[in-house]
Amino acid sequence: MITPDSISQHGLSMEEYEKILSLLGRQPSIEELGVFSVMWSEHCSYKNSRLELKKFPTDGPKVLVKAGEENAGVLDLGDGWAIAFKIESHNHPSALEPFQGAATGVGGIIRDIFTMGARPLFLMNSLRFGSITGNSQRAAENRRLFAGVVAGIGHYGNSIGIPTIGGEIYFDESYHGNPLVNAFSLGVLKQDQIARGAARGVGNLIFYVGAQTGRDGLAGAAFASRELTEESKADRPAVQVGDPFREKLLLEACLELLATGSVVGIQDMGAAGLTCSTAETASRGGTGVDIDLELVPKRSDDLTSYELLLSESQERMLVIVEEGKEASIERIFKKWELPYAFLGRVTGDGKMKVRRGSQVVVDIPAEALTQEAPLYRREAASWKPPAPLDLQTVPLADPLLVLHELLSYPSIACKRWVWSQYDQTVGNGTVVSAGSDAAVFYVREANKFLAATSDCNAIYCSLDPYEGAKIAVAEAARNLACSGALPLGATDNLNFGNPYKPVSFFQLRAAIEGIAEGCRAFDIPVTGGNVSLYNESPLSSIDPTPTVALVGFIQSPEEITLQHFREPGDIIFLLGAIGSELGGSHYLLVSHKRKEGLPPRVDLGHEKAIHDQLRLLVRLGLVRSAHDCAEGGLAVALAESCFGSSRALSEAAELLGATIDLGNEDLRPDVALFNESQSRLLFSISPHTLTQVEEHLIASGLPFTRLGVVTREPKLSIQLKEKKYQWSTGALYQSWSTSLATIMKDQE
Amino acid sequence: MKARVTIMPQAAVLDPAGVATADALKHLGFEGVRSVRIGKSIELDLEHATEEELHQACRDLLSNPIMEDYHLEIFS
Amino acid sequence: MRAAVLQFPGSNGDYDALMALRSFPEISAQLIWHQESSLDTYDLILLPGGFSYGDYLRSGAIARFSPIMQAVRRAAEEGKWILGICNGFQILCEAGLLPGVLLRNRHLLFCAGEQIVRVETSNTPFTKTISPKSLLRLPIAHGEGCYFASKETLKELLTNDQVLLRYATAQGMTTSEANPNGSLENIAGICNKERNIFGLMPHPERAFEELLGSRDGRKIIESLLASLHGLIQ
Repeated sequence: MITPDSISQHGLSMEEYEKILSLLGRQPSIEELGVFSVMWSEHCSYKNSRLELKKFPTDGPKVLVKAGEENAGVLDLGDGWAIAFKIESHNHPSALEPFQGAATGVGGIIRDIFTMGARPLFLMNSLRFGSITGNSQRAAENRRLFAGVVAGIGHYGNSIGIPTIGGEIYFDESYHGNPLVNAFSLGVLKQDQIARGAARGVGNLIFYVGAQTGRDGLAGAAFASRELTEESKADRPAVQVGDPFREKLLLEACLELLATGSVVGIQDMGAAGLTCSTAETASRGGTGVDIDLELVPKRSDDLTSYELLLSESQERMLVIVEEGKEASIERIFKKWELPYAFLGRVTGDGKMKVRRGSQVVVDIPAEALTQEAPLYRREAASWKPPAPLDLQTVPLADPLLVLHELLSYPSIACKRWVWSQYDQTVGNGTVVSAGSDAAVFYVREANKFLAATSDCNAIYCSLDPYEGAKIAVAEAARNLACSGALPLGATDNLNFGNPYKPVSFFQLRAAIEGIAEGCRAFDIPVTGGNVSLYNESPLSSIDPTPTVALVGFIQSPEEITLQHFREPGDIIFLLGAIGSELGGSHYLLVSHKRKEGLPPRVDLGHEKAIHDQLRLLVRLGLVRSAHDCAEGGLAVALAESCFGSSRALSEAAELLGATIDLGNEDLRPDVALFNESQSRLLFSISPHTLTQVEEHLIASGLPFTRLGVVTREPKLSIQLKEKKYQWSTGALYQSWSTSLATIMKDQE
Repeated sequence: MKARVTIMPQAAVLDPAGVATADALKHLGFEGVRSVRIGKSIELDLEHATEEELHQACRDLLSNPIMEDYHLEIFS
Repeated sequence: MRAAVLQFPGSNGDYDALMALRSFPEISAQLIWHQESSLDTYDLILLPGGFSYGDYLRSGAIARFSPIMQAVRRAAEEGKWILGICNGFQILCEAGLLPGVLLRNRHLLFCAGEQIVRVETSNTPFTKTISPKSLLRLPIAHGEGCYFASKETLKELLTNDQVLLRYATAQGMTTSEANPNGSLENIAGICNKERNIFGLMPHPERAFEELLGSRDGRKIIESLLASLHGLIQ
């Protein structure tokens, strides 16, 4: 039955197969081989990354459920409330079928949150696509993927009624054919209602609830195994299709179930479905499970045991119910009209035992699947930092044109085309959504304000993964600071290439170390996340993309700060140095088609001091606006600050201007305007508070520059030595706001 | 010449629309419903086209071969 | 005022509506499950936004057969106030309680954001205290909001002053740029001939406090409260 071929089709090495033989003391059945193959996959076991992930700081006074313990980490929000949040990738399904791939990604992350007992409050997502500009076939393909992913995210979130309020999108050739779709969700719960994914209490009942099982998501190995039985067209591996309506019922039913107190454990059937959920709950509970596949609700009767075990059908849940309490639970399933079945019981023998009627098809110690999973430290390539950029080789581009080019570059341009497809206001908690540094949400039941952001500049990471990952944390923290928030916790999504390639593994390891370093510096625990490896485009691996999502806390609504200038006459400051680093900048990429040099360095202690200083000024009520300087540097940050805040669909934003004097900085104009040195942010204040603000800034000892003043006349004017650069804010706004919609016209 | 293309979700692919509609029919008292699948029907009015061209149009644009099957009918 | 917020299995605006209504001390509001069959004790029946019954076939198509909709029909005949928001508007149209239909947005994309609507008449209990031509800033979020009616129906709507809201610019112009979904004549909300049923695509229940960006949604409820006061007197 088991041949070297079927072992390799299951993605297992001979060495791993030997380990299976010794754990079982016999040959596995084909079903058991399938179970091992998914449980020992990177997705479930993190076998290539786990040793590295241990480097993350995961403890903290506010951590209630630590990274890796459950489906999502949980943090203390105060007053008896807690939040659960997590980011997770759905890259490969989205490459195959962008709409359903992205939709089911959103569905999966929502389930991860409500299985913790939390009501999901909002969504964000971090997306990467290949280049979408131009008439090439490649660009058209990337536009199709982009449009499909955005529509799919909208479809799921909008239907289930959870607002999508933030995130980030970048376009780069390295993602051609391998888009990244990382979905984030956050939910709120009472601290005493944290649900666990553990099968506790021998004799307790195991229920299946939710959609029926079909052949969804059965690919690769599963398909190959199918040839063993029969072959027909209908048996092709099927794309997972999301059903947000069913998930809404499941969400309400699960929260109602958990409120009864009769549920001892609950686990999503996501990747690796029934297999993963039973093995993990048993392993966490230190128990065993004994279930009968014959009882599983099925879409068609001819599903094999193998398929039932490995199907990735969406919107399903495993619920472990205290014996004797089943009647109250079944009443809830019926109210929400959800298919359900009693599959079996929790046992004391530590085994995952699966029957099909009278026949035992799987009989494996649960711990063999989880604790005994292999662990590898792959070979990492040695690394030399890239050569610093030689400015002599960079011709000076006309800053007047460059600013327009940067603002209309898809990664920087206004994302209205995207967010207008997302319901951002359902739930009555969205205070700030897309279009400022971080999203701000009012958690009404707890009377608390949260900010959230996700960031990663993958150009920096491709040039220097350690420094780039540090910057991802620094930038996310800076975005929180600019919104008036203090970081609470982090979740990360590590998107990398094949770990068997020494370069990819080096990047993964360096990025983990960079994130760990960043999080320690800001005292932020990592509460969980996701690893997605094998992201390979036809040409090469993707740029390493360790996305960092941070959640922060805002003390009071008065401290919520936006990026937009407020009043003419307000005074504009730069907190941080003017900077001069052009390596890995968007200016180099967009105006010179070069992705090279040493990316900016970040001193995390200095960075934190800058954030603390801004937050102090915010707390004192002195800050009218604050905006991070990131891609495109100071000039882009100034232009964006001149564009008023608007969620309106049909009105143009209100436009202001700014008159800026950079003094006698001895810098090339392109370096002064577009460098991407870190630890810099813009903020504006009322002229009446000038003396007070300057006193604070001087006392801090931090570098700062009084840049100029906000003007009613919509013109951005920047003086550098004797030269003055001036733009119409209206024209800049035009470049920025219409770019994406124009590029995407053919998709409507 | 006219053609009609019927597009249906593949048998193994979940059809949430069909499931929701089947449930609604049962609620209305149509107890005999076993399942519902919802697809779409596309009518083409053509000046000229070969059968092969039409199949290509079906594969490339009208259906999503990853999740749908199509059935082409040609009326002269 | 006693208000009922109907709850279909896929409703997602039910809690928002409840929250908005409860922000008025003079309103007692309750959720009513779609399997219930009586609405006798309520002055206002609100059909919230969402995705009732998984609107895969047509928005609102399945919800109109639910038990509670019989009660809504009776309440409508008795002249009680019925307010359908977004999906609730779609259900009222599918049920024939309001004329016309809501089609997929003209550009086929879901559209969400802040929208200005112009109030066209104060001759309804829902707009009684809002002066005509005043502008409201309300969120919208829908994929099927393109209002359509036959020529005859439209004529009747206009003759009977049944158009309550139109999509408009900040200057109050009902231009095509201000129209987010391709609705006929920029129509955002209509009432029935008897003027006790109001359906609209924008979300007044998401605009009831400054924190959320707008308080303009309150004006519709304030009108109802004033109308109720008028009835009692």
